[in-house]
Amino acid sequence: MLNDVERKEIDAKVDAAETRKQACVEALTIVQNHRGWVSDESLEDVAAYLEMSPSELDAIASFYNLVFRKPVGRHVIYLCDSISCFVMGKDSVAASIQEKLGIKPGQTTGDGEFTLLPAECLGACDHAPVMVVDETLYHDLNPERVGQILDDIKGAG
Amino acid sequence: MAAETPLTGRIRPGSEPMWIDEYEAHGGYQALRKAVGKMKKKEVQGVVKESGLMGRGGAGFPTGVKWGFTPMGDDAVHPKYFIANADEMEPGAFKDRFLMEGDPHQLVEGLAVSSYAIGADVAYIFLRNHYRLARKRLERAIEEAYRQNYLGKNVLGSGYNLEMRLHISAGRYICGEETALISALEGNRPIPRAKPPFPGASGLFGMPTVVNNVETLCNVPHIVKNGAEWFQGLSKTDQAGTKVYGVSGRVNKPGCFELPMGTTIREILEHAGGMTDGYKFRGVLPGGGSTDFLVDEHLDLAMDYQTIQGAGSRFGTGTMIVLDDKTCPVAFVANLMKFFGQESCGWCTPCREGLPWLARVLYAIERGEGKASDLDLLSGHTDKIWIGKTYCALAPGAIEPLQSALKYFREDFEDHIQNKRCRWS
Repeated sequence: MLNDVERKEIDAKVDAAETRKQACVEALTIVQNHRGWVSDESLEDVAAYLEMSPSELDAIASFYNLVFRKPVGRHVIYLCDSISCFVMGKDSVAASIQEKLGIKPGQTTGDGEFTLLPAECLGACDHAPVMVVDETLYHDLNPERVGQILDDIKGAG
Repeated sequence: MAAETPLTGRIRPGSEPMWIDEYEAHGGYQALRKAVGKMKKKEVQGVVKESGLMGRGGAGFPTGVKWGFTPMGDDAVHPKYFIANADEMEPGAFKDRFLMEGDPHQLVEGLAVSSYAIGADVAYIFLRNHYRLARKRLERAIEEAYRQNYLGKNVLGSGYNLEMRLHISAGRYICGEETALISALEGNRPIPRAKPPFPGASGLFGMPTVVNNVETLCNVPHIVKNGAEWFQGLSKTDQAGTKVYGVSGRVNKPGCFELPMGTTIREILEHAGGMTDGYKFRGVLPGGGSTDFLVDEHLDLAMDYQTIQGAGSRFGTGTMIVLDDKTCPVAFVANLMKFFGQESCGWCTPCREGLPWLARVLYAIERGEGKASDLDLLSGHTDKIWIGKTYCALAPGAIEPLQSALKYFREDFEDHIQNKRCRWS
């Protein structure tokens, strides 16, 4: 069941839309913000609220890179996997993160703190290599600095 | 006299953008005042068409001509829509981020003026999710513009109504393709549509719709304010305007540089501070990840649509990625192919099956596991996955760096296969 807060936020998007369905990406994002990911149950709730079938909505949810149909950690690390970051040494940054956290791309740490995901070009190529964690872009990364950044993020909660 | 930089002149990197008062004090919203106050819609279309502005998002289609496809007049169907394509995700492209973060009101004004030109009722900014700072700044700029009645009902007392909405996407490269973007904005699975019908006649919800790139729209207020002749005078060639070029890779000062259209590749690289010590230039993708390599012999070419096309590549987004001598060209191309394979929408077979396969072959070669026949296989597919054989331009775009790498760096591919190793790793 969608709670009152979720419904209210979705209603605001529906009000500005031409059809209920037009707000589906926003609605999925809202539910994910509150629940961390979009479970089958969440998906069915959103579909019913927007007068869509669950399979129609899942065809959309599963299409987007940033809609999580599986649980993720408290912090999601999007490490840019694209060309300028590759040229500027993202492989060594990726190796450093994987070694520090003991996870591979697509995995979550045992304590549920971090999920590591390779990201499509993050559009900050003049400061490569880069990553986005939560709301923040971290740029000009190197293997040494990235470990400290992750410690700080974990420390800040 | 220093060259004019209309698009980036108000941008102060590292500090706050100009908010409404300051933006107005620096000439902001004068173009919108002029358009809705003194010009007919067709006149705005006319000056943009005459200016020669071409799309800055990749395809380079003349903007005024695109606008001309929408039905006009009293019996035209409504609602009409205008969409700013801010889903910048081309590998190596970062110019739209720079423009939106640095001068958000410029995009809002450009979109409002352009919307007026086609008589649009609703304008959307289709923004990628990862551009969090741009999002915050655009939200504020839109709010400020509403407060000043640059948006909303009866804009500046002109009788023209315009709603503007910010849509935050959830991350897929294909949404930058205009018909996929329209599908996405309708709340459908974002798969490209067959053209015709073109969006100008039948776009969002089947209504007349224009989709333009962020940088394209940022040019519009300046053209309306200063005229077509002024805009043509900014360029060094017959293709008008300035261009926000970008350079990334092993150069001293990677970044965005607004320069006259037609500045040479060599000069643009000099603006980026030249190659970093210890690295030599081997090639460049001139217009983003989906364009063909150019090499030493092309450095003195003017960076404009026709010249770059004449050299066998594409102007694309005008954001260059430099290949240096310490980076493996096979791995470089493999990285791009992996990206395009991953971002394929999956609708048509050559793209869905072909690109991941090519990526696997490229990575096998890179690891030293390539076969002599692989080069023919790769070459053969540059023809099989080409324009006319796929549903949209994604897959042909993915082929461009591959086909040109096979031309200019063939010895590196052969070296991997013969010696069963990558000499860069």
